Amino acid sequence: MTQAASTPGAAVPRSSFQRSLGEPRTALNALLTALAVLLGLFAMFPLFSVLYMLLVKGAALLSPSLLSELTPGAGMDGGGIGNALLGTVVVVTVATILALPLGFMGAVYLAEYGGESKLATLVRFSGKVLTGLPSILAGVFAYAMVVVTTGSFSALAGGAAMAILMVPTVMLTSESALRAVPSKMKQAAFGMGATRAQVVLRIVVPTAMPGILTGVMLSLARAMGETAPLLFTALFSDYWFEGKLTQPIASLSVLIYNFAGSPFEHQVALAWAASLVLVSLVLVLNIVAQVATRRPEER
Amino acid sequence: MNSQPLTPTLTKSDSDRASATHSIAAPHPGADPNVVMDCRIKTLHYGNFLAVRDTDIPIVPHEITAFIGPSGCGKSTVLRSLNRMNDFVDGFRFTGSVHYRGQDIYAPHVDPVAVRRSIGMVFQQPNPFAMSIYKNVAFGLKLNNFKGDHAERVENALRGAALWDEVKDKLHSSGLSLSGGQQQRLCIARAIAVEPELLLMDEPCSALDPIATRRVEDLMLELKEKYTIAIVTHNLQQAQRIADRTAFLFVDTTAGGRTGYLIEYRPSAELFEDPREERTKAYIRGEFS
Repeated sequence: MTQAASTPGAAVPRSSFQRSLGEPRTALNALLTALAVLLGLFAMFPLFSVLYMLLVKGAALLSPSLLSELTPGAGMDGGGIGNALLGTVVVVTVATILALPLGFMGAVYLAEYGGESKLATLVRFSGKVLTGLPSILAGVFAYAMVVVTTGSFSALAGGAAMAILMVPTVMLTSESALRAVPSKMKQAAFGMGATRAQVVLRIVVPTAMPGILTGVMLSLARAMGETAPLLFTALFSDYWFEGKLTQPIASLSVLIYNFAGSPFEHQVALAWAASLVLVSLVLVLNIVAQVATRRPEER
Repeated sequence: MNSQPLTPTLTKSDSDRASATHSIAAPHPGADPNVVMDCRIKTLHYGNFLAVRDTDIPIVPHEITAFIGPSGCGKSTVLRSLNRMNDFVDGFRFTGSVHYRGQDIYAPHVDPVAVRRSIGMVFQQPNPFAMSIYKNVAFGLKLNNFKGDHAERVENALRGAALWDEVKDKLHSSGLSLSGGQQQRLCIARAIAVEPELLLMDEPCSALDPIATRRVEDLMLELKEKYTIAIVTHNLQQAQRIADRTAFLFVDTTAGGRTGYLIEYRPSAELFEDPREERTKAYIRGEFS
């Protein structure tokens, strides 16, 4: 402003293009930039501090036997979290088998057939509401539907509870992946005489596959860390999974929940180690999801 | 866009003369072996909007037929009605007939999917599928359950599209990794792999640079030995360079809407050097676009 005044009648500065912090607008710009960077660093802080804590507290117990041995009884030393790790994998697999077809087919309906029809709008709205469903309610629902009717806590009930959490995420992310397929590609396929089903199966779904996989991975990562839906569905077990989905099963998240409050130091240490393993799994899934989304030519 | 108020000069006799002009070249539908696609549009509506009226364009085999005219004159709409791509537009209604090899493709028993399988189409934007070059070209073969040698057909199609030498060493890399001009030739290869008799091209060069455009034009001249080509272009020089016949369409705004209709359809040399209609003359001189 002061510079501009040196040339009467001109609205823009003529005399100097030098950058100077003395000017209010330059100073404000620098201040806001610094603030944005600072807050950006703050946003990363929780993740890295959690990772740091887990490494400090949990890394000491990391060993092959941690991953391969049964959980120890109260007051006992040794043992590992092998049954819980396997249990988490089993429950998540059951959940994926239940949620994937439902979420995927729902997405195909929404993206390719439903359009803006009333039914599609209702399905989409339900999906969005379900995304925000407190996970404990999914557990209660699975308890009522599976545990009460079959008469026992089971891996199946745990998987069902997790599937309820996964379906909306899988459906909504897959829908946006399917919608992101350029319409010119669909036009090309229609122009060659493909039927609607052929266009969907041969062009739209394969093209959207990376995005669909991302949705599945992200929903898996979220479901894997959930404790509440498993507490009164899968319960816990101190034994190995024996291939029976109708029996209670161990899981990392419930192990952490149980052991973290334990009076025995060793169990608390195991809870830390299990947390580290669980967070690593979630992190790996997230990274794989990120890589899978990239198109081949970007790799 | 046409901003000049030329429409007030439109008279009844004028449109009558337009139809008289092209009826010279118009044989009876299905009867004439010199017509592969006999397009006779009476009216073409999108909902209540009359998009095209009174447009008769008989397309002669082994020729390139160009559709030219100002934006919004319905030239792409006419082209898309030749393989029933307009069926995807809500509210599309059609009166008249389009005979392909003597068969009306708008007859009630006709399956539009079958029509599209036998007529190739190349679009304005290159639109290869997100799959390998090979699979792109083989797509139509798979769709038609072609039992013969796919690899041979793919190679022939790529050679036909003048792309083989550039891609023969990377047939399994993505079609999307090619340049724009190569992608468009890939789309042409994909269209000719199933050996359709007729190729429809909707402004195939508008997204390409001049060098790629010239390559595709040379390619079209080669392709007309085997195929018949109908092309929409906004580039008059292009029509002049490659088209054997040219149809000039114009916009009628008298009825309040913007309705395209045929003004003149004649061999390109005649149309460009000695246009009969005032509107054609003005358009070719570049007085409006």
